[in-house]
Amino acid sequence: MTTNGKPKFAMYWAASCGGCEIAVLNIHEKILDVDANFEVVFWPVAMDAKYKDVEAMEDGSILLTLFNGAIRNDENEHIAKLLRKKSQILVAFGSCATEGCMPALANLSPLEEVVSTAFSTVSTDNPNQIRPQPTYTVPEGEIYIPKLYPIVRTLDQVVDVDYYMPGCPPESHQIAAVIDLVIDVLKGKAALPPKGSTIGAGGSTVCDDCPRKRDVKKIKEFKRIQDVMLDPEICILEQGVICSGPATRNGCSALCPQAGSPCIGCYGPAEGVIDYGARLLTAVASVIDSNNPEEIERIIDGIPDPVGMFYRFNLGGSLLRASKAAWAK
Amino acid sequence: MSEQFEPVIIGFTCNWCSYRAADMAGMGRIKYAPNIRLIRLMCSGRLDPTFVIKAFAGGADGVLVSGCHPGDCHYIEQNYKAMRRFYLLRKLLSQMGIEPERLKLLWASAAEGQIFADEVTKFTEEVRALGPLHWNPAAALLAEQTFHQPAEVAA
Repeated sequence: MTTNGKPKFAMYWAASCGGCEIAVLNIHEKILDVDANFEVVFWPVAMDAKYKDVEAMEDGSILLTLFNGAIRNDENEHIAKLLRKKSQILVAFGSCATEGCMPALANLSPLEEVVSTAFSTVSTDNPNQIRPQPTYTVPEGEIYIPKLYPIVRTLDQVVDVDYYMPGCPPESHQIAAVIDLVIDVLKGKAALPPKGSTIGAGGSTVCDDCPRKRDVKKIKEFKRIQDVMLDPEICILEQGVICSGPATRNGCSALCPQAGSPCIGCYGPAEGVIDYGARLLTAVASVIDSNNPEEIERIIDGIPDPVGMFYRFNLGGSLLRASKAAWAK
Repeated sequence: MSEQFEPVIIGFTCNWCSYRAADMAGMGRIKYAPNIRLIRLMCSGRLDPTFVIKAFAGGADGVLVSGCHPGDCHYIEQNYKAMRRFYLLRKLLSQMGIEPERLKLLWASAAEGQIFADEVTKFTEEVRALGPLHWNPAAALLAEQTFHQPAEVAA
């Protein structure tokens, strides 16, 4: 491979949707700074490169790798380990890589059920119930597709991670700020943050950035967003609609609550929070306006899917990681 | 040696009532199941659900949350908050496959040493009947990775 002497940059997607790549391209003309300061050596969504090209690189020869996506199959794991070996700085980029995000909600179901949902539900035209096979023999030889793992993992459950950049996807202005920082580091004008830091985000909660008025929270009934006309000025949680702001790291400028929609928690756990769902549950349960067990249970009935609500983005990175149905044989 | 399953139970007690109930049980030489490991908090309202989840994730088979009777909280109304969190947490845990019976809420005043001891023994037997939980998602992953894989992908 030819080289122009510039530091090497790579970006990879594992189990993800592609939104992180779009967020990177959404930095507009800043992308020219990336090109001016880095040689892009591997970025499947943007350029052609083969895994064997990466395998042929010297260990540690890539300066910066942004890795988005969770670890769902053996291909994801293989590339995660490969890029770890080849990269000096590996960043878990976006919610999937940092905490599992949507792909990790599959950790609520056994693998057979996940596959069945994809290949056998009423909306799927698959009369012979065909399933993808991990290997298949054709005249040219044996071909294979990646093997699914029973549970989805975050990047740091598989390899050592240097930095975490949360968000689903990370906000473009935050990406631009991180790129500026890395360029400053290259020029010797700034130092890297301590290993293990969360970069491109704030150190507080979404509530801290939210302009809505807050008063005493007392909830007699949890409502769903489609069933209520939200007041544009008042705290969404106070109006009975669960908002993930109290547990979620800031960095997005509280975009959703400002647009009239509750925070759904895509920036992950706020600084110091060990288990995101537990923190959000604490905040939500504390404001239930009743001291009577029966009434409390009735109010809680208004939250039909607590795991989906409290661990929407964080199940893979939570303490329990997966439901018993998904991991116990 | 008995072969019966000995559940690991973590008990969170509050400084002002339930821990003193346990003290009372001790001073009164009341026997109760030794499976419980008590952790004293200042108040049941201090109980972050993270503690309970961490206990289960770390190998506990049951968790007891214990505080002052409703209306008797040293911090006025924090045990009500503990109660609200308890019901929501129990619902969440059952969705994760942890039986609701593995999490118990017990009100015990400083004078209720006998009640505390009896309830701990009862809870221990209930958890014993449920069997081990042994939370370990990673185990499934290790077992699953033994499948055949072409050499060039395995690198």
